Amino acid sequence: MVLDKIEKLLEKYDNGETTLQEEQQLKDYFSQEVVAPHLEVYKPMFVYFLQTQKEQFTKTIPLQPKKTYTLYKWLSVAAIAVLMFAVYIQFGDQAKSMDELSQDELLAYNQTVEAFNLLASKFNKGTESMDALTLMSTSLEKGTENLSYLGEFSNTQNKIFKN
Amino acid sequence: MTQAEFLDIVMPFKDKVFRLAKRLLVSQEEAEDATQEILIKLWRNKQKIQEYNNVEAFSMTMTKNFCLDRLKSKHAQNLKIVHSNYQDKNVSLQKQVELNDSVDWVSKIMEELPEQQKIILQLRDIEQYEFSEISKMLDINETAIRVSLSRARKTLREKLTKTHSYGVR
Repeated sequence: MVLDKIEKLLEKYDNGETTLQEEQQLKDYFSQEVVAPHLEVYKPMFVYFLQTQKEQFTKTIPLQPKKTYTLYKWLSVAAIAVLMFAVYIQFGDQAKSMDELSQDELLAYNQTVEAFNLLASKFNKGTESMDALTLMSTSLEKGTENLSYLGEFSNTQNKIFKN
Repeated sequence: MTQAEFLDIVMPFKDKVFRLAKRLLVSQEEAEDATQEILIKLWRNKQKIQEYNNVEAFSMTMTKNFCLDRLKSKHAQNLKIVHSNYQDKNVSLQKQVELNDSVDWVSKIMEELPEQQKIILQLRDIEQYEFSEISKMLDINETAIRVSLSRARKTLREKLTKTHSYGVR
């Protein structure tokens, strides 16, 4: 008899000894509309198991697309390369050697050098006049030395007054 | 590994991960977050996926650990309890209401079970894993699994009998 079999299966089930196939038989039996009254207790259990089994994860899986990352990486490398190249083109070839200069440029260069030289000579004159200052400072030092004599003199003067 | 290949591997068991997470964390939102977290973790370690001989079992272990950690952390202190609506179109409305009530009871009673029993009952009776698989996932031997499964089933039945005979609804 079917009921007999189900009861035996239930006993095994309670002891954790049923196989997956046997458990499926139980689930099938209890998903019927009508079950034996004394087994009614088991019905919500198996119905619940079957229902829960159908529950699904509906949210999307947020995977970061790693590919765009690498794309951005290479894009930035390329951008920097282009930038460097542009800078090189713009300012890179400024330093020419003397031979490559045109007539006008050479003239301008020479004039600048002359002007600098003039400035330098004036500077030298200025430093010559500074010599007088150093002379003054040495005589000043001599003066302070004499002052220390004066200090000594006052010391002895004090002693004399005390006595 | 491309996204498509990864999804091919993950798709068959993502619902199982979600259901286990929901069993442990109770709240729908928490379970969804946990599932996403786990799938992202898997995606980040996709190079290693081929090395695992059973990705599904590995993921279930991960889920279990993740959810238990979650429960322990303060993060879980404001868990919301949300019950989904059960549908069964085969029974008449009156019967459906009654059945929904007692089916709801099953989920409530399952919430009261110790974590270990909850997990085992979920993996066996809902996800229908073999004992050998569960043993690998939880790192417990099969006899111990049978024992706590039996305990869980008996507790469930006893409590259901009580609610039945008291007519508590």
